[in-house]
Formats: sequence, structure tokens, C-alpha cells
Amino acid sequence: MNNTIVSYLSQYESYKGLLQTFSDVFGQAGPGLLTFIIFLISCILVVTILATIGGLGTYAERKISADMQARMGPNRVGPYGLLQFLADGVKMFMKEDIMPSTADKFIFSLAPLLALTGVFGTLAVLPFSSGFTLTNLDVGVFYLIGIGSLVGVAVFLGGYASNSKWSMLGGMRGASQIISYEIPVVLSIMAIVLMSGSLNFVGLVSAQGGLPQEWFIFHNPFTFIGFFVFFIGALAETNRAPFDLPEAESELVSGYHTEYSGMRFAFFALAEYVEIFVVCGVGAAAFLGGYNVPLHLGGEGIIGQILQVLIFFGKTLALYYLVIMVRWTYPRLRVDQLMTLCWKYLTPMAIFNLIGCALWIYLLDGQSMWDMLAGFVGSMGTGGGH
Amino acid sequence: MEASYSLDIYTPVVILLFLGAITVLAALLLGRLIRPHNPSESKNTPYECGEQPVGTAWSFFNMRFYVIGLIFIIFDVESALMFPVAVIFKKMNEIGRGGLVLVEIMIFLAVLISGIAYCWRKGDLDWVKSYVPGKDTNNGQG
Repeated sequence: MNNTIVSYLSQYESYKGLLQTFSDVFGQAGPGLLTFIIFLISCILVVTILATIGGLGTYAERKISADMQARMGPNRVGPYGLLQFLADGVKMFMKEDIMPSTADKFIFSLAPLLALTGVFGTLAVLPFSSGFTLTNLDVGVFYLIGIGSLVGVAVFLGGYASNSKWSMLGGMRGASQIISYEIPVVLSIMAIVLMSGSLNFVGLVSAQGGLPQEWFIFHNPFTFIGFFVFFIGALAETNRAPFDLPEAESELVSGYHTEYSGMRFAFFALAEYVEIFVVCGVGAAAFLGGYNVPLHLGGEGIIGQILQVLIFFGKTLALYYLVIMVRWTYPRLRVDQLMTLCWKYLTPMAIFNLIGCALWIYLLDGQSMWDMLAGFVGSMGTGGGH
Repeated sequence: MEASYSLDIYTPVVILLFLGAITVLAALLLGRLIRPHNPSESKNTPYECGEQPVGTAWSFFNMRFYVIGLIFIIFDVESALMFPVAVIFKKMNEIGRGGLVLVEIMIFLAVLISGIAYCWRKGDLDWVKSYVPGKDTNNGQG
């Protein structure tokens, strides 16, 4: 079992050659240094790719919304306006950094840092493929939920520290919304942990298969409902419409980041778009079969790894598209509807799903409903023959 | 595997956290060289749609957020404690001890359900509290 990207690479000859070179040059410190350098390079690679996806996410958001409203959308910078996010980045980089004189200056600067650090931290356990997972922590799911909550803390601190009424309202709403929807999300993921008996993401994914009937979402009726509970909760946790009350622009100006300008605002936006990708990735890994290639095409070699990465990104980006589509389709909820939906509908449903999954494993030995159906049809066939 | 017990596998976590912090700090420091810096008194007041801000935003706040926070803490601690039980359930089921773990899960869930039922009954899950004339309850305006 590969625990990290390094232990995956260590099966190749070229790694052994490199290790030999490093040991010759640096002596005792060689292997440790090589491990660190590989980790550093792959971390920078992942962060760069994900930041680009986050940037392209803003472009996709505008382009898809334009498409749904029969407009053109951004089309000036680069081919089809593809470089719009770079132009926006440069513009934000050159904007004046305004901080209200009455703000709590330390917390005000700390909040964007916390948001970005929390989101980058979640990337460590995201399973891109069976080999290319930065590190497969044994507490992966738990770690991801925990460090992902830093974003909620950042939203609240950002709203609080601005000392502006709009920010304060947005921050309070954001904090209560994020912590409320954490409950159904955690309970839905716990049902999946129950089914697979593992807390690390590679364990979660390898308990599923490549074809749709082997995915956890179609495993039994409870996980099917569970996926939608998870998805709705995830929308709310990432402050996406129809749950974008913390930054409801028609009521709260801009919510918790009203007072933020320039790069500090850019980091909040970047954290939001990368977080959506992470949440979609968790959904794909936990419910939609993750990186499993149908029929094990490509095998275990390098081609198989590339196929796995493509499959994972395909599923995640499909969910990403769904998230954007939902935003431009549904109107925003009211605060009381938001809380009612979470505590009176989603949470009881999540608890019901958890009980259902536990009973399913205990009474039916954890077979998927397709296996049972196949067995049933088979027995019907033999029964009819006699 | 031996490696899973060493701290090596947490190296990417530390690197990523540092990368996040360095990205923010470096961008703000580099930006200082090229961005304008012309603060004025009115620019630095909190934004209130053109009005003069009255008072500070750090004042009394609605109790309902506090209640939601309390309910959340109960649920979160409970679900954090349930994860270890959930992880071993499948393995225990395979060796025929599933019933024991199932009962444990049910006890955890019973505490959760009674908690949510209590809050529901007390009306703490209602964002807008209904006001019945003549009955002494919290007013719904808040």
C-alpha cells in the first residue's frame, strides 16, 4: 500500500538511482533530503494546478452564467477570454490595500491567511490517483474535515475584525451556517466510513469499483440519499448560492469581505473556489468511485495512473459544473429557511441514513443492492426452470 | 508498513500549510512595492453606503447564534467520538461481533436524537419564534 507519493515512486529504478546519488553526496541526510525535495516539488505542483483551476473556476462561473442568460461573458483577454482570471489577478495585485482605521488590524490581516492555509491544508489528502496522493493519512477524512473548518473561522474572524456592520452580519451568518451544515456533511461521510471501514481516502476509494453500480452512491438506497444530503451541505459549507447568505450582495453589500480590497480579497475568493474543488473531490472520492478506472483499463503502470488522474478530475469537474449551474438556477434562501433546512430536514435525514447503512451492513452483510438483485433474478431463473 | 508510524507522512501537511502562509505574505509584501498607498480619513471609515457610521459594529448580538453554536458543539463532539466506532464496525461485523458495535452506534445516535428532539421541542431550532398573545414567550421580533 502506498502511503505517500514518495513510497509510490520508490518502486521505480530511477528513484533508486537518485537515492544513491543523494546518499553519496549528502551522506546520512541524503534519503531524508530527497524525500523532502520530492514532497516540496509535488506540493508546489498540486498547489499551482489547483490555484489555476480556482482561477479558471471564476472564469467558468462567469462564462456559464453568461451562457445560461444568453450573454457573451468575458471574451476580450486571450482566446475566448480564457486569460481573464490572470488579468483580474494582476489588477487586484496593483490595487490599494485599504484597512478601516477602526478595524482590529492583526485579526484583519490574519483572516485571509487562515482561509488560504486551511484550504491548502486539505489538498494534502485529496486522492488524485492510487499513486499520486500527496499523503494517505490514516485519519484522512477526519483531518480534512478538521482543517477545512479553518475556512469557517476565517470567515467569522474576517467579518468580526472589519468592525463594519455589514461584515459583522455576514461573518455571524457565515459562522452559524458553516457550523450548522457541518453536522449533516459529517454524518453523511460517516455513513460512507461505516460502509468501507476505513478513514483514509485510498481505503474509501478502493472499497468501490470503476463501474457505476460499484460506486457507493448506488450501493444502497441510504447512500443514494446520503449523497444528496452531502452535496447540499457541501454547497452551504462553501457559501455557494443558494446558500450564499454570508455574502448576500443584495442584502449585505458583500458580507464578510465588504472591507477587504486588493490581494486580501483575492485570497478569500481563491480560497472559496479551491474549496469548492476540494469538496467536489471529496464527493467524487467518497460517493462516485473516485479514481477507479472502469474495468481496470490501463493497469497498474504509468498509463493507469494517468487514466486515474483523468477520471478523478473528470468526476470532480462534473460536480464543479453542477455547483455552478445550481448557483445560477436557484434563488437565495432566507436565514430562517436555511436553518430549518439544516436542522429539521438534513440532519434528521443524515441520522436516518447512518442508521440505515449500519443496519444494511449488519443484516445484509454489506452487499450492494445490485448484487442482491442479481442473486434474486438468478434464483427466480432457476426456480422457473423446475 | 513501517513508514506509517513515522512522522514522514505528515511532511506534505506542514509544507502545504507553510505554502499557504508564504503565498499570502509574499504577495502582500511584493504588492507593497507597486501598489498605491494614499490613505485618507474618509477612505478608512467602514463602508455604510455613504452614511456616517454610527457607533461600532462590536455591540450586542442576537442570542440565537449562541444557541446554534451550543447545539453545534454537542453534535460535533458526539460525531467526533463516533468516528472510531464507525471505522471498526465493518471489521467487527466480519468476525461476528457486529451486534455489539451496532448497539454502541445506536446508543450514540440515541443521545444525538434525544438532543435534537429536545431542542426542537424547546423551539431552539426555530429561527423566527412564534408569538402567541397572552402567553409569556420571547418575542419574535428580535
